[in-house]
Amino acid sequence: MTDTTATEAAPAPRHAAAVELLSEVLGDAVLAHHSEGGELWVRVHHEAWQPAGYALRDELGCRWFDFLSAIDWLPSPFGRDMDAEQDWPTTGPPARDTAIEHGVTGGETRLQIFARAAAVEDHPGGGNLSVILKADLPNENPAVQTWIPVYAGANWHEREAWEMFGIAFVGHPDLRHIYLPGEFEGHPLRKDFPLLARRVKPWPGIVDVEDMPDPAEEAQS
Amino acid sequence: MIEILAFEPAYWLQTLIKLGVVALVVPTAALILGYVFLMKMMSFMQSRLGPMEAGPYGTLQLLADGVKFLQKEDIFPRRADRYVFALAPVVVLVSTFLLFVVLPVGPDAVVSGLDAGLFFALAVASLSVIGVLMAGWGSANKYALMGGMRAAGQLIAYELPLVLAAIGVVIQAGTLDLNKIVLAQATGEIFGWGAIGNPYILTQFVGFAIFLVAVQAELTQPPFDMPVAESEIVGGYQVEYTGFRFLFFFMAEFGTAFAFAGIASVLFLGGWYVPGLDPASGWFNLIGPFVMFIKIMAVSALIFWFRFTFPRLREDQLQKLAWKVLIPAALLNIVVTGVLKVAV
Amino acid sequence: MSVTEREQRAFIAAAAADARVNVELETEGMTLNIGPQHPATHGTLRIIARLDGEQVVAAEPVMGYMHRGYEKLAEVRTYPQVTTLINRIDWLGSFANEVPFILAAEQLMEVEAPPRAAWIRTILFELSRLANISLFLGDMGVQLGALTPVFFAFRDREFVLNQIEAVTGGRFHPNFDRIGGLKDDLPAGWIEETRGVMVKMRNFCDELEDLLMGNEIFEARTRGVGVIPPEIALSFGLSGANARASGIDWDMRRDNPCGLVYDEVDWKVWTHPDGDSFARYWVRLQETREATHIVEQLLDGLPAGPVMAKVPVIIKVPAGEAYVATENPLGVMGYYVVSKGDLGPFRVKIRSASFNNISVVPWVMRGVFVPDVITILASLYFILGDIDR
Repeated sequence: MTDTTATEAAPAPRHAAAVELLSEVLGDAVLAHHSEGGELWVRVHHEAWQPAGYALRDELGCRWFDFLSAIDWLPSPFGRDMDAEQDWPTTGPPARDTAIEHGVTGGETRLQIFARAAAVEDHPGGGNLSVILKADLPNENPAVQTWIPVYAGANWHEREAWEMFGIAFVGHPDLRHIYLPGEFEGHPLRKDFPLLARRVKPWPGIVDVEDMPDPAEEAQS
Repeated sequence: MIEILAFEPAYWLQTLIKLGVVALVVPTAALILGYVFLMKMMSFMQSRLGPMEAGPYGTLQLLADGVKFLQKEDIFPRRADRYVFALAPVVVLVSTFLLFVVLPVGPDAVVSGLDAGLFFALAVASLSVIGVLMAGWGSANKYALMGGMRAAGQLIAYELPLVLAAIGVVIQAGTLDLNKIVLAQATGEIFGWGAIGNPYILTQFVGFAIFLVAVQAELTQPPFDMPVAESEIVGGYQVEYTGFRFLFFFMAEFGTAFAFAGIASVLFLGGWYVPGLDPASGWFNLIGPFVMFIKIMAVSALIFWFRFTFPRLREDQLQKLAWKVLIPAALLNIVVTGVLKVAV
Repeated sequence: MSVTEREQRAFIAAAAADARVNVELETEGMTLNIGPQHPATHGTLRIIARLDGEQVVAAEPVMGYMHRGYEKLAEVRTYPQVTTLINRIDWLGSFANEVPFILAAEQLMEVEAPPRAAWIRTILFELSRLANISLFLGDMGVQLGALTPVFFAFRDREFVLNQIEAVTGGRFHPNFDRIGGLKDDLPAGWIEETRGVMVKMRNFCDELEDLLMGNEIFEARTRGVGVIPPEIALSFGLSGANARASGIDWDMRRDNPCGLVYDEVDWKVWTHPDGDSFARYWVRLQETREATHIVEQLLDGLPAGPVMAKVPVIIKVPAGEAYVATENPLGVMGYYVVSKGDLGPFRVKIRSASFNNISVVPWVMRGVFVPDVITILASLYFILGDIDR
């Protein structure tokens, strides 16, 4: 069982210390941070991506690499492909809005790369320290330095991000398709890549077979 | 002596009968071993029933399988060496047939009682290596090639302990004739007590153990089944074979297992002899086959028990076992046997 | 970097590796395609191995033969519909796939499942672990040439699947977890039956310990094969039993149970210092046994009450981002869910354990023999759906 009598550090001060340490090492490159539900988000400048990785590993002790991926913040021009009428029993179909709205720690551009690492070897109680690092990528030619020298496991994740989002990783020795066939064109996880199956055969809606139960009846039973 | 086999048919008739017997024995042996051990014993060890539909308790399952194999298309891989590919299973099967030629099941009930019978048996057993190499090379498949290479390396490494283990028996019996080895055990005495003869397993137990291990490797059965390892090289040299050519390999595997169990029972368990009867009695021509059958099944049970229990060794570990353990032990066994033979 | 440049570099690297191995024996290299249809890759993983004789010079896994694009599909589904998809990621312990996603959605909605639901979730989570790892324990034998253990594994796994089926109605894809709790309560008599199954599973572990793990040949084949030191394990992101077998004392169930009730039971995290294939098997065997104890204790302390919190019929998750990971049978599985206050997620990043676990393959398979390739693959234990997603 966990030795809870040891430093029962509440997440918030630990996170504050971590952000302070990162700011010390990276200077102005730390743009924003956010702490919620035991997780710490830090947004750094994309040119400081690799130094931030080193700082994460060496200064904060987050030696365990979790994952690396990206988010395309552009709302899909195709909507959610579920615009059958019965899906919106009360509100009617929503207005399709195309303004980019970023999540926690904000953002400036459309593509955002994010990766997570954790310090798994110390057991402070109340969860290991883990940091989700984010960086905005330029809209034109999104590219960032590779993390392979920092975390060897980033190799495949970067190949995946390159394939799915078209993000180039400078210094990656082997940037090629990992899931899709070699001649595949396009970057499927970008929001402007249509899900063709849904174009060809529209989704029947969130109500697949039967009508949604009446909330009043539900409450009675 | 009761003249059971006293009639002297013409030479051509004798030859035909003998051919027929061997041609019948090999598939029958393969069927029996396949059914009893591969299907039923393995199933019971793995807490399942095995085949239950074809015939009572699934006894006809292997016949049905055989018919299925015969019906299948005879496929040649496009880049295979056709003649080598087609001939390989036949070569392997011939080696199995030849093994049965010298296997005695009674004082006179032997196809050809050669003076150097043991020598002949061990020599033709290694013929199958050629067939296996042909299969591995002719298939034009990397997995098959690796399997063929592994098989060749393994069979050569285990030929030696096999022969050396048998030499202890030869020294003790003073003959290479398999029938005379049986007689030597039947008339032998253990410290002057001869009620059960002297089955050489009592004095040559080291040889028996080495012989069984070497047989296991010779048959490419677990723990020495690297040449046909499914999880590594997808069946090895058999990977491209289908239909009746695969059936040949199957028959050869189980026929050889039967034959080697027979040789082991002749060398170490007293062959067709049972204590209490005069070994010169002609009755042994009648009950000998049954005695042999029981002994062969006992040895086979041991062989197949190993097969279903052990994981597989790695190729280098197998060579290490052969050259560093089995061969020195067999040589030591020969020395001790020789010294005792001279001294006692 | 252009393709030709990459090819050139790959060629130079391969030539250099060849030169290293061929110093002693001047032999010609061979490229062996292990997979995509190979009995040892249980699925369609393909490993391109450059061989020198039987020695592997370089091994390169190729996947994607089963890529189903769940991250894209999740973007056009509602939250309750997503669980149907992610059930099929690790198909041997499928209930465990649903849990982290549901927990992430609950975290965003600030809903908490009632205690009984959390306990039953944990029980089913551990049952999935049993269903998953028991197959590994037998399958490792098959990969090493021992046929019998896998039949024992299938025999006893059946009992666990029956228990899962009795609750959820599904053997492989339960789809039972809901935002805010569970679909249903336990059926009558289930608790007693499960206790019996736990005893059976423990017997199964003892049986395999005698039959397979205690076997000298098994030890000879696995000890010292595929050693992964802890630094390598950390930097490749290995998790679960693979990390613990490298001596990393870390288990999400203990260190960050987030929503599951592992802190209510008394159990132990098993680690092994060696980091080889044997250690990975040993750790998993101990974990299977530990899981039966966890389930038994959870059954003892199961609280009464509802299994479903009050949630709206049409689930809309407030805007936000959440990452929840749990200790799944194969390792750490996490979902990074981005919501924009819609019916479905805006983006789901699925962090599956096998993807990271297998990424260590090129590192660990330099200079091993072909049979060891199989041993290492089997001991790393991956499910193809968990790699390709």
